[in-house]
Amino acid sequence: MSAHSPIRVKTLTIDGRECGAREDQTILEVARENNIFIPTLCNLPGLSNAGACRLCIVEVKGVNKLLPACVTHVSEGMEVTVNSERLAKFRRGILELVFAERNHVCSVCVTNGHCDLQSMALTLGMTHVHFPYRYPRLPVDASHERFVVDHNRCILCSRCVRVCDEIEGAHTWDIMSRGVECRVITDLAQPWGQSESCTGCGKCVQVCPTGALSEKGKSVAEMSKRRQFLPYLTLMREGRR
Amino acid sequence: MPRQKIVIDPVTRIEGHAKISLHLDEEGHVEEAYFHVTQFRGFEKFCEGRPFYEMPSLMARICGICPVSHLIASAKACDAILAVRIPEGAVRLRRVLNLAQILQSHALSFFYLSVPDLLLGMDSDPATRNVFGVMEANPAMAKDGIRLRQFGQQIVEWLAGKRIHPAWVVPGGVGSPLTAENRDRILAGIPEALAIATRALDWFKNEMERFREEIRSFANFPTLFMGLVGDDGSLEHYSGKLRFLDAGGHIVADYADTAYDNYLAEIAHPWSYLKTSFYKPLGYPDGVYRVGPLARLNIVDGIGTPRASQEWAEFRDLDRGAVLSSFYYHYARLIEILYALEKIEQLLHHPDALDSHVRAHASVNNTEGIGVSEAPRGTLMHHYKVDRDGLITWANLIIATGHNNAAMNRGVLQVARHFVHGNKLTEGMLNRVEAVIRTFDPCLSCSTHADGRLSLEVELRSHKGELLDVCHTR
Repeated sequence: MSAHSPIRVKTLTIDGRECGAREDQTILEVARENNIFIPTLCNLPGLSNAGACRLCIVEVKGVNKLLPACVTHVSEGMEVTVNSERLAKFRRGILELVFAERNHVCSVCVTNGHCDLQSMALTLGMTHVHFPYRYPRLPVDASHERFVVDHNRCILCSRCVRVCDEIEGAHTWDIMSRGVECRVITDLAQPWGQSESCTGCGKCVQVCPTGALSEKGKSVAEMSKRRQFLPYLTLMREGRR
Repeated sequence: MPRQKIVIDPVTRIEGHAKISLHLDEEGHVEEAYFHVTQFRGFEKFCEGRPFYEMPSLMARICGICPVSHLIASAKACDAILAVRIPEGAVRLRRVLNLAQILQSHALSFFYLSVPDLLLGMDSDPATRNVFGVMEANPAMAKDGIRLRQFGQQIVEWLAGKRIHPAWVVPGGVGSPLTAENRDRILAGIPEALAIATRALDWFKNEMERFREEIRSFANFPTLFMGLVGDDGSLEHYSGKLRFLDAGGHIVADYADTAYDNYLAEIAHPWSYLKTSFYKPLGYPDGVYRVGPLARLNIVDGIGTPRASQEWAEFRDLDRGAVLSSFYYHYARLIEILYALEKIEQLLHHPDALDSHVRAHASVNNTEGIGVSEAPRGTLMHHYKVDRDGLITWANLIIATGHNNAAMNRGVLQVARHFVHGNKLTEGMLNRVEAVIRTFDPCLSCSTHADGRLSLEVELRSHKGELLDVCHTR
């Protein structure tokens, strides 16, 4: 008898299109294979999924709540709606809440023009923020020799936490507190420059979707992220296990 | 007749928001005059806690007319925090950018904001006394002005990627070198721009006769003059020593630009958000001084480009000592346009104009940095303090219009005393009160690092303070 149980194939429809999928795949993966666009911010190929940003919410027939496509596995006969007026409205709302939560001032940001959050707002047609801004007073930690974390621009996607844990294996980053108090931290909320676990590899900076993590000395609009390395690293590390 | 107060609100055709109030005594003579800047912004405060290398772009947001001036002064302050000597190539490109900025701003001030007064007359109908009126009365001149400003803005775009708020000037140098294509585009545009500048100068010199009374009364009084000069005393807009000159044309002192704190002080008045600076050794109000084109042409020993030098020699013959009437700011502005064009041409003909080494890298090596440069309106100072990690802990900006504030206030008083009589207000009187402000080309959004709009309102008040009449100009 084989050590592997055979992977079963499921069929489902996404926006009326029939799609075949392996049973261990998520709706997001299947949609991407079929060139169906679902907006995401926290998802990054090569990292595990966290379901943090909720932009990938979809409607599934027979389920009375919206499900995040990145962490919802397919099942036989599933009827998924990815594009609808209602979803578009909710996604814009989610994005507006992200903008209202902290101080995202694109014009003077190091990643202006190279920012996932900014381009997502354009993609989803977000023209205004209909919620009052919170304008929290958040610190900038520039204690690291080469990198800076600006909590004003963090959207709590947790990409930095995952890349540090899953790829680099250092688990320097984590998230503390709950709700609006949530914040990414290094080690036990020490200044980044004093972190003993940080290897200074910079992967967190490259995967960060916004200007929250950036290289020191990069001027406004100069920080573009390099992420090409991620799939290769994942592949190589899996191969060696 | 009771004492009165006249308020001009808002002051028009200037950059920012202000009003003027004139206090009249029982005989209807102007007793006191105030230039109130009514906007407040707070850049010095909200930059605290931000990384210093964001400052050039952040501070440039103070102003959409002269973002480049702020970029330059701010980047120089950041260079000092890095403690680097930036590459020669970067200095050259920053100089070209700064001159292009001066060119476009001067063109805006002269052609768009002041030519309506000069061409159509101080007493002409306010409804058409604007750039559209100029287009009708003298389309060629309006076109010249628009073209000249466009050229200046285009140079900024070719160098820095965009016209307004480029992020190209960075601590340690500039973001990218100049391409051969863009150098050639700039050089190709210079002859036409020089022709425009020459035409405007010739026209202005001809017209000066008509403005004798304005020349006599437009902030025409002895003050000190301040500005950067090169090591050899030549005209300088990027770096050098700070020179103070007295009204007689004698050099009072040459100082290191970074030691401004030793000889300049600022005071705040309750009637304005714009602080007033003065020369410490003389105290306030004796230490009043002027900056900007008029001051720069007064303090220098020479100009360094052929055509502008000739014009400068003619200009300096206007007075025995320093040229004192602020009406001549316009004249000085036109000479500086000529200079900027000639100088840009010289800089771009430098054999290493396309040098690719344009940025020095370093981390925080000083916890304090001061950057001083000449903006279109005068000397601009950015002063930052940072913590060990490079986060701003304190910032102080002194802006051209702040240096000129005391002189502007006195100028308003002088013009008002000369032209405003009794309780009968005419629009032409009030326009002259505004026009004296325009000679300084104040930038109020900059100088308050604050928020606002500039057009003028005049209030007429009794000595008890009751409002008798208000006049708005648009």
